[in-house]
Amino acid sequence: MTEITYLEAIREALFEEMERDDDVFCLGEDIAAYGGAFKVTEGLSQRFGEQRVIDTPISEVGIVGAAAGAAHMGMRPVVEMQFIDFIANAYDMLTNYVATARYRANLPCPMVVRGPSGGYVRGGPFHSQNPEAGFIHTPGLKVVYPSTAEDAKGLLKSAIRDEDCVLFFEHKYLYRRIKGTMPTGDHTVPIGKARLAREGRDLSIITYAAMVWKALEAADQLEKEDGLSVDVVDLRTLSPLDDEAIEATTRKTNRVLVVHEDTRTGGIAGEIVARINESCFAWLDAPVLRVTAHDVPLPYAPQLEDFVLPQTSDIVTAARALAAY
Amino acid sequence: MATRVPAGGKRAARDGKRHETTYPAGLTREQVLELYYWMRLTRTLEERLVALYRQTKVVGGLFRSLGQEADAVGSAFALRPEDVLSPLIRNLGSMLVKGATPVEILRQYMAKGDSPTRGRELNIHFGDTARGYIGQISPLGDMVPVMAGVTLSFKMRGEKRVGLVYVGDGATSTGAFHEGINFAAVQRCPLVIVVENNGYAYSTPTRKQTLAKQFVDKAIGYGIPGEQADGNDVIAAYEVTKRAVDRARAGEGVSLVELMTYRRKGHAEHDNQSYVPAGEIDRWAKQNDPVDRYVARLRGEFAFSDAEISDVDERVRREIDDATDVAEHSAAPEPLDALVGIYASPPAEQPLWFRRGKRTTVDSSERAEGWGTFPASNGAASEGRAAREND
Repeated sequence: MTEITYLEAIREALFEEMERDDDVFCLGEDIAAYGGAFKVTEGLSQRFGEQRVIDTPISEVGIVGAAAGAAHMGMRPVVEMQFIDFIANAYDMLTNYVATARYRANLPCPMVVRGPSGGYVRGGPFHSQNPEAGFIHTPGLKVVYPSTAEDAKGLLKSAIRDEDCVLFFEHKYLYRRIKGTMPTGDHTVPIGKARLAREGRDLSIITYAAMVWKALEAADQLEKEDGLSVDVVDLRTLSPLDDEAIEATTRKTNRVLVVHEDTRTGGIAGEIVARINESCFAWLDAPVLRVTAHDVPLPYAPQLEDFVLPQTSDIVTAARALAAY
Repeated sequence: MATRVPAGGKRAARDGKRHETTYPAGLTREQVLELYYWMRLTRTLEERLVALYRQTKVVGGLFRSLGQEADAVGSAFALRPEDVLSPLIRNLGSMLVKGATPVEILRQYMAKGDSPTRGRELNIHFGDTARGYIGQISPLGDMVPVMAGVTLSFKMRGEKRVGLVYVGDGATSTGAFHEGINFAAVQRCPLVIVVENNGYAYSTPTRKQTLAKQFVDKAIGYGIPGEQADGNDVIAAYEVTKRAVDRARAGEGVSLVELMTYRRKGHAEHDNQSYVPAGEIDRWAKQNDPVDRYVARLRGEFAFSDAEISDVDERVRREIDDATDVAEHSAAPEPLDALVGIYASPPAEQPLWFRRGKRTTVDSSERAEGWGTFPASNGAASEGRAAREND
């Protein structure tokens, strides 16, 4: 069986879902003839036509609003944000309109908004952000952020079939660096369930997206150099959070490190720490620690970006402090 | 569509002979009277809401369409039952034409548990895709992109359906208005955009909203046809909208219609309109009331008898009385109902403290005494009103 990249896995999910269901269609900037800025949708318009793979004006509010309207009428739109940073333009439409539609007005919004996010690619301030935290604060939206090719495909298929709006974050650093072997048949991964990426006893790292790979690297190093056995939990879905998985790892190792690439203040790590505090305080042998980006807009120069974003060495340092507490 | 006025038949003229009366815009005699029914229903329903508001039975603010009934009724009347519209707070008449009932409106304003949104939303912010209306949200202009998507789905599925979205003069200044029109225009969606120019967005007069001489000029920039009409003439509003609807249904894409009208009440009932020049409101009330104008036309040009007109008035009064009785006896929502319905599937819809361990379903036996009842006219209600009047 051949291996495919994280990016190809996303493309396969789009192809298969558009084959399976005529109501699924894609819309976004430069996604048809050009195949998208990262070529995720390459070949899609040749296969399904420009009626179902729609090149839109530069218009995030228009695109997300149109997707919501089509979703009300029973369609299943998949929106591409050229860079997920631009989702900020559609924040009003997503939080005020889409997230509340079912609750307020019994209007379902079965739609997906997907796009490349994250740093480590020297993209500078507007092509590197991780805006997920702003959306987990909004009831009515689901937020998914896979770290493996298998999950990218399986979760995107589940997102397209979901009856609610799912924000699907793709890590652009992983697009062509990570490969996986797709299970045969209709491969879906349930939204809301975390994955144990590595089994350990001494401490837990709870993380997601590209940080899963850095956490696994750190875990290898900690095992070799310190003899520490590390549990790595890949959240996969950020809203709803998998409380069971978070509690299980905490009760097992009693020491928890939460790692994310997003900035620290108001980030998801704060929410996870609070939940652990509420539900597992008696199981803790040390305060829950965080490794995150510094609280600055993401800079461009390699020396600056590498300093601002979390690195494997930061995770190792924090894990050692946690183990020694 | 909701109940219509029964056919009146050809009228017998005073001389006893039957005359062929022709009606404008291809309307039948029955339809001409029906337009009056919807306008009268809108006005009487809002008058009833004012009475209920003064009795503190309306929760939150009251937003009226006084003086604008004709443009909402006339434009919505140009749609078919399978078409979809998205109204603004001053388009109550359009929702009635599309099948919303007075009892639903009353329950909604009184925040009842069996209101269309189960007490979750205010005024006419509610929708029913089966009857063909989608409720607006307060950030203005947002419904233009949404209706672009609704009509995009009609186009993609090859359905001969049309969408209509109302925006006020204020909403034309938003980015969403621009993005929605542009998107729909490029995609040649079967969409009609009605700019209801009533002179004010809250307290901001049109001259502070735009330097454009008229909103219909904006159509040129989007490469779509635009037409302006007298929004206080119900038949003119119908006629101009009908042309745009016909174009959309024929696959000719988006049109912009500007209906000229005037907002005689404030943004909401609490607004004292101190910003309006003296005499302006009176002038519109006395010289250009859409209902009075139409009654005069019914009597004169269309030769309806006083009895025919008062029959409609009487029927409307009866319907509103009955609806008020029913709505006032509706139960208030149950607080625990606030926690469900956020997502289609249940696992994630309850807050963490609720999910974990203690209870997983809403059990009515656990309710404390007094839950599910709204204390009538107490402090909480007026606090809620103060908060919502900023909407």
